[in-house]
Amino acid sequence: MTPFFDPWWLPVIFAGLMGLSILLYVILDGYDLGVGMLTRLEKDENRDLMVASIGPFWDANETWLVLGIGLLLVAFPVAHGLILTQLYLPVVLMLVALILRGVSFEFRAKAPPEHKQRWDNAFFAGSLLTALCQGYMLGAYVLGFDQSLASVLFCLLAALGLVAGYLFVGACWLIYKVEGDLQKRAVRWAEVTLWLTALAMAIISIATPLLSERIFERWFRLPEIIALLPIPIAAATLFIGLAIFLRRPLRARDELSWVPLATAGILFALGFVGIAYSFYPYLIADRLDIWQAAASPESLSIILIGALFVLPVILGYSILSHWIFRGKATHLSYE
Amino acid sequence: MDAIDPLILARIQFAANISFHILFPTITVALGWALLGFKLAYNRTQDGAWMDAYRLWVKVFALSFAMGVVSGITMSFQFGTNWPGYMEKVGNVAGPLLAYEVLTAFFLEAVFLGIMLFGFSRVPNWVHTMATLLVAGGTTLSAFWIIVLNSWMQTPVGYEIRDGVVHATDWWAIVFNPSMPYRLTHMLIASALTVAFLIAGMSAWRWLKDGGGEGVRRTLKAAVYAAALLIPVQIFVGDQHGLNTLEHQPQKIAAMEANWETRGNVPLVLFAIPDSEARTNHMEIAIPSGASLILKHHADGVVPGLNDYEGNHPPVGPLFWGFRIMVGIGVLMLALSWFAAWTIRRRGVDAMPRWLGWGLVAMTFSGWGATLAGWYVTEIGRQPWLVTGVLKTADAVGPVGSAMVASSLTLYLAVYAVLLTAYVAVLYRLAKLGKAAPETKPMFPLPGVAEGPAEALEVKP
Repeated sequence: MTPFFDPWWLPVIFAGLMGLSILLYVILDGYDLGVGMLTRLEKDENRDLMVASIGPFWDANETWLVLGIGLLLVAFPVAHGLILTQLYLPVVLMLVALILRGVSFEFRAKAPPEHKQRWDNAFFAGSLLTALCQGYMLGAYVLGFDQSLASVLFCLLAALGLVAGYLFVGACWLIYKVEGDLQKRAVRWAEVTLWLTALAMAIISIATPLLSERIFERWFRLPEIIALLPIPIAAATLFIGLAIFLRRPLRARDELSWVPLATAGILFALGFVGIAYSFYPYLIADRLDIWQAAASPESLSIILIGALFVLPVILGYSILSHWIFRGKATHLSYE
Repeated sequence: MDAIDPLILARIQFAANISFHILFPTITVALGWALLGFKLAYNRTQDGAWMDAYRLWVKVFALSFAMGVVSGITMSFQFGTNWPGYMEKVGNVAGPLLAYEVLTAFFLEAVFLGIMLFGFSRVPNWVHTMATLLVAGGTTLSAFWIIVLNSWMQTPVGYEIRDGVVHATDWWAIVFNPSMPYRLTHMLIASALTVAFLIAGMSAWRWLKDGGGEGVRRTLKAAVYAAALLIPVQIFVGDQHGLNTLEHQPQKIAAMEANWETRGNVPLVLFAIPDSEARTNHMEIAIPSGASLILKHHADGVVPGLNDYEGNHPPVGPLFWGFRIMVGIGVLMLALSWFAAWTIRRRGVDAMPRWLGWGLVAMTFSGWGATLAGWYVTEIGRQPWLVTGVLKTADAVGPVGSAMVASSLTLYLAVYAVLLTAYVAVLYRLAKLGKAAPETKPMFPLPGVAEGPAEALEVKP
């Protein structure tokens, strides 16, 4: 079948959809992974509550990763192979970590009590390792898979940066989902990780243009620089604004507890837009652009038709599920 | 030069991953429908015993689902890490099919699973029943898309090759390719049988330990009846599937039967040690003309032999033995389920002899054995092709060195061994704890009322 519009747009649309899935994944599973790492700081009752706060969601959240990587696989098959063979080891480690994280949810609740600690450890380690691997991959991707010592150090820095970011969004999620002393501690965690996240974003924003002449060109020339300036300014404003917000005691009735989470989401989106702008139209820095990597227009059209029908539905029922499990987390029960 | 061929390692790794993965969808596909059955039975009768069954098996479902999801994600990454040539060559066909799996099925299951597991007290009863239906439908839809793709790789149609890359020409033909209906039916019934024997085995175990509650007797009976009804159907479907394979992939059948010469009156080989070097069988025990009768439905029917495909047929040993293991387990399933069904029908569950109960316990995971053996037959049977006649397995493998693949393989195997052990242990633990649940309980209080510090997620011993 032939597309009903200029096929030039198809790779652009799919790059957009893929970017959207990855952004949603990073925010949504980001809070799951952040909470997973934060469980280390609490125990027993509170730890159960923290796990319960993400229990009904993590599965659907992780699915955005499958969709994101799936779109890369189906829409840009050449890039998929190139990227994943380059990232072989971090991908394998991340997969093992995701496996551990995902099954620990179930096992910690069903294994004999004396084994629970072990699955809690697996849950924490799985969450941490996933975050580290994803951060490392992000760093490697930004640098176009350069293998020099400086690049590896940059990747390790990016790994720590993403851990900070996930801890931050996880803490914001807890502010929204829990009450009492645990919520107060979550505010503390958010205050600390907020600045670490800001630092990580700043380092990556400065390092990227310095490492690539093309990206430098895209950001620091007129008139683009004026059009782009709002991104870092907005990010800085939000960071400072949220820091001030967190200092004030949460209202008695808790009605603004969603604000940190929403702000974290916007901050992630801003960072993402920055990276996307630096890269477009390349899928692999300066080597492979989206048209060179795309599958055939007929196949892309077939997928697009499905995606246009299905994606709104997926968004709809994801919202439905968050609405059904709205309000403060309670201990989960199959009853 | 690598010490071990990276191709072999990549294949072992893929086989290990898919073998581990397939165990769990095999359970969740049919278990979703079983849960819907329990739920509907409860809605109709308001009988707490059905709800006890639901409560126990929904936990098994949740655990199996999580195992399936996380191991499935590994599969989607494997295409890129180890087999980049696959998507580069056939991505235009495989891509949309995989995309539709994620878009239509994966999200459906993942979102409604939350409501199915934890939504009892938050949504009205009918919404919860609906969530169970959507999850069951989602798992089945998932299986549909994956089997469409797998069948297309076995019997590709509806495509043309331009500039060395496959382009789809007829989606209808691709989805409804010649082997898809057989494969899909065979797999769905395999899933149903796996779950029937799982439920029967676990329930029998509880029945042997302490008599079990009413819920246990009921699931035991339902599972045994389902198994007894489905196994003959499966044998028939399997036979039809075999005839379809004979038509489209005769070399696979020749290897399964260890038949070297194309001829009539081909014997049905019961036992043999196939020898690919000498191109003959050692220590053969066979029924004269048996294979001709089964495959051609008359004694002098001509069955193709391996010598017609020399150098281009799958390895004989794994297919010959894999097929016999699958059929052997099937025969055991038939005998055991019929005898148990007959006893229960005549005299009730409690009159079952204890050895029969232990027989069912021993067969708890028999479905896994048969499914794996069957998959090995069908997948190894496609070799040396990855996509029959289009792409050889050796041409799809990526540039990753054998040391790297060996380390990832070791890591996967270690994790899988631990998880599989934990999974089986937890299943038996759940079965043991299940009896502690009270038989009746108000199940669906109004939303808001039951949101107090309800029972913790943990199952209290």
